[in-house]
Amino acid sequence: MNTLTDISLIDWSRAQFALTAIYHWIFVPLTLGLALIIALMETIYYRTGREEWKKTTRFWMKLFGINFAIGVATGLILEFEFGTNWSNYSWFVGDIFGAPLAIEGIVAFFMESTFIAVMFFGWEKVSKRFHLASTWLTGIGATLSAWWILVANAWMQNPVGMVFNPDTARNEMADFLAVATSPMAVNKFFHSVMSGWVLGALFVTGVSCWFLWRRQDKAFALSSIRVAGWTGLVASVLVAWTGDGSGYQVAQKQPMKLAAMEALYDGTDQAGLVAFGILNPKKKQADDGVNPFLFRMEIPDMLSLLAERRIPAFVPGINDLLQGGYALKDGTRALSAEEKIERGRKAIAAFADYRKASTERNEADMKNARKVLQENMPYFGYGYIKNAEELVPNVPLTFYMFRVMVMLGGYFILFFSTLLFLSHKRDLTRMRWIQMVAMLSVPLGYLAGQAGWVVAECGRQPWSIQDMLPTGVAVSRLDAGSVQTTFFIFLLLFSVMLTAEVRIMLKAIKEGPEK
Amino acid sequence: MYTCLQQYWWFIISLLGGILVFLLFVQGGNSLLFCIGKTETERRMMVNSTGRKWEFTFTTLVTFGGAFFASFPLFYSTSFGGAYWLWMLILLTFVLQAVSYEFQSRAGNLLGRTAYRGFLVLNGVAGPILLGVAVAMFFTGAEFRVDKANMADMSMPVISQWTNGWHGLEALAVWKNVLLGLAVFFLARVNGALYFINNIDNTALAVRCRRALWANAAIFLLLFAGWMIALLLSDGYAIVPSAGTILQQPYKYATNLQEMPWIAALILTGALAILTGILRTLLRPSYEHGIWWTGTGTVTAVTGLLLVAGYNNTAYYPSVYDCQNSLTLANSCSSLFTLRVMTYVSLLIPFVLAYIAYAWHSIDRKKINDEEMKEGGEHY
Repeated sequence: MNTLTDISLIDWSRAQFALTAIYHWIFVPLTLGLALIIALMETIYYRTGREEWKKTTRFWMKLFGINFAIGVATGLILEFEFGTNWSNYSWFVGDIFGAPLAIEGIVAFFMESTFIAVMFFGWEKVSKRFHLASTWLTGIGATLSAWWILVANAWMQNPVGMVFNPDTARNEMADFLAVATSPMAVNKFFHSVMSGWVLGALFVTGVSCWFLWRRQDKAFALSSIRVAGWTGLVASVLVAWTGDGSGYQVAQKQPMKLAAMEALYDGTDQAGLVAFGILNPKKKQADDGVNPFLFRMEIPDMLSLLAERRIPAFVPGINDLLQGGYALKDGTRALSAEEKIERGRKAIAAFADYRKASTERNEADMKNARKVLQENMPYFGYGYIKNAEELVPNVPLTFYMFRVMVMLGGYFILFFSTLLFLSHKRDLTRMRWIQMVAMLSVPLGYLAGQAGWVVAECGRQPWSIQDMLPTGVAVSRLDAGSVQTTFFIFLLLFSVMLTAEVRIMLKAIKEGPEK
Repeated sequence: MYTCLQQYWWFIISLLGGILVFLLFVQGGNSLLFCIGKTETERRMMVNSTGRKWEFTFTTLVTFGGAFFASFPLFYSTSFGGAYWLWMLILLTFVLQAVSYEFQSRAGNLLGRTAYRGFLVLNGVAGPILLGVAVAMFFTGAEFRVDKANMADMSMPVISQWTNGWHGLEALAVWKNVLLGLAVFFLARVNGALYFINNIDNTALAVRCRRALWANAAIFLLLFAGWMIALLLSDGYAIVPSAGTILQQPYKYATNLQEMPWIAALILTGALAILTGILRTLLRPSYEHGIWWTGTGTVTAVTGLLLVAGYNNTAYYPSVYDCQNSLTLANSCSSLFTLRVMTYVSLLIPFVLAYIAYAWHSIDRKKINDEEMKEGGEHY
């Protein structure tokens, strides 16, 4: 396992998946956000019959179209990469993980791709009502696909509704509803989709303010700002709310991720939330006694409150999680990392014993092995861990990215409230400063979304499936060189595509709405 | 019950495969872009004609992958993780295609219109050939081994592993694979030409499509006949149900057709329908509905072919490394529970097809013509 080539294979496989996911998440949130905003705009057109709303809708729809295709393209790669780069994973949990992906295709993608064609080419060919329905259905299709892929992602963070079957050497689904509606999935869905709405709203307000800045198409820009401003305000408040829900889920199911998000090494009953902090780069290991912070300003008790909904409440730190011994909520004592690793090895050994007994058709041994396996199954993945330190994710990355996401989230609420206030009470066309702020806020929306995914995905390392399968064991057995080559091909391809898209987008924006 | 669901899901996979090969008319049509389209307007009409359908091909490819993952995950992990380069090449050509429609006529597109159209042609040629090669491996097999007990091997927990370093590229050196790849490619061109005849209102273009049809149809029929003969003469891997072992069996696929005459009938009907569509179009210059015949025929024949690969105790993904490692419906499928859930989901498919047909119909009511290309509306 730990030979040099293998580590580089795992790293390159992760790099390739991360690259695809990062690029995918550049395009998808804008698709989700613009889909809602153009549907709202077209509804206004349908209701009022005013031609300028049709032109407004069509302008944003054009930008939607430019953005859409790359989201689809990177999504295709992402889906197939589960097979190409995470072969073990695909078998070990494919029985659960495959279903949402298939449902996504059957239920959501077809809806999206059918009605997007009507939406773009049907203006003169179908009735106004059917066209409006198609615009909504395109957005609903995109949102449904987000539902299913986030169900799949949430399941990796918090595997539920399955049992391990040693005969087939995999986890098998036992409760579909538990998988499809786990609280982790529900929170993740609303949090991610609504962050897409925020981005869409930032994009529309930013671009509209550019028109104001250039003193052209003012009426169009102001009406776009109204629609997007309200969408953005509602969405950013909801994002904060679902973010709190997601945080609670992480505290319950992935305490190590939470500890890394807060750089909390030693837990307490009255844990404060770090409002602002600078980490000490000299901190190398959890138990080296080095103070993790150079500077730390906290909101007292807040972390306990967010994580457990009460004060005082114990929030375990990284050292507590590694050393165990603290009392869990069900009254039992937390196991140390070493004990978990021990039990994981027992589970894997029992699995091997079971397979051996099964080929020899030795019923008694099979039964014994199955019993040991069941007892230790919750720790199965720990059996592959060589050293407890591997269980700690990259703390600085998770810590800082979490702060970037949260602070920007707060800023967006402030931004949209200010913008709406000014647009209703003052003359936006003359306020250069807010126009500039709106334009500069567009990239911040992208940054916040990416930072959120870094927290979610890097914060759960070393797990590809929490407690069950470490990333290193999930990987396809390829030579690192092949994966490295495809990584650079994708990097080049995606970057060219992105550059082309940005240029096309800028030109299309410059053209402005139809006159 | 479990066996029934496995068979049902193999049918769904085969059907999706059939629909996918039919929808490759988008690729086939694009491969004809520079052969048939002489003027800019003509090329523009062609691109817009396939451009309103490419999403379906793409989505079917994704759904084919997703459904395969959900119903036969061991195939997903073995083939995709093993034949890495083959699948990666397929994906790359489809990714290039996805952006090419939207970007080609836009100002500021970085590479210029010709490059994006070049990508469409590249995908149009390489996509069907490589997919055909990948599908041919259902019959010709591949070099891999599978051992589920390896999850307990702490030094190297690998379930599926390719046993050669070419990771799928070696399949391009097997003549039978290439034969099927080319057959799929020329079938896609036939379907593409017939689709243009039906979808675009332009006499000059229609005449050239008909002219192209002659050669492409002839080559397709020869390749397809060759493939069928090769298949009937091929050995296959048979499952011995009592022992659970896998044996190499001469003329396995011919035997399958003999023992499952309804599948033979399916393939034959499909082939005849394709032939009818081609002949009626070639013989009657005013006939425009050839695509309906060849389309239906393609779905039927390809579905039948894929069924032959998996039904009647046949290993559908033979391992030439060790035939006991071959993938069968039973050893690679999802659990009973998951197959059952997915079966409920599959009941939605007719509903999905119905709204696709409705939406498709409402856009295609009027053919594409050069007038439309000059108007200000949305087009590529």
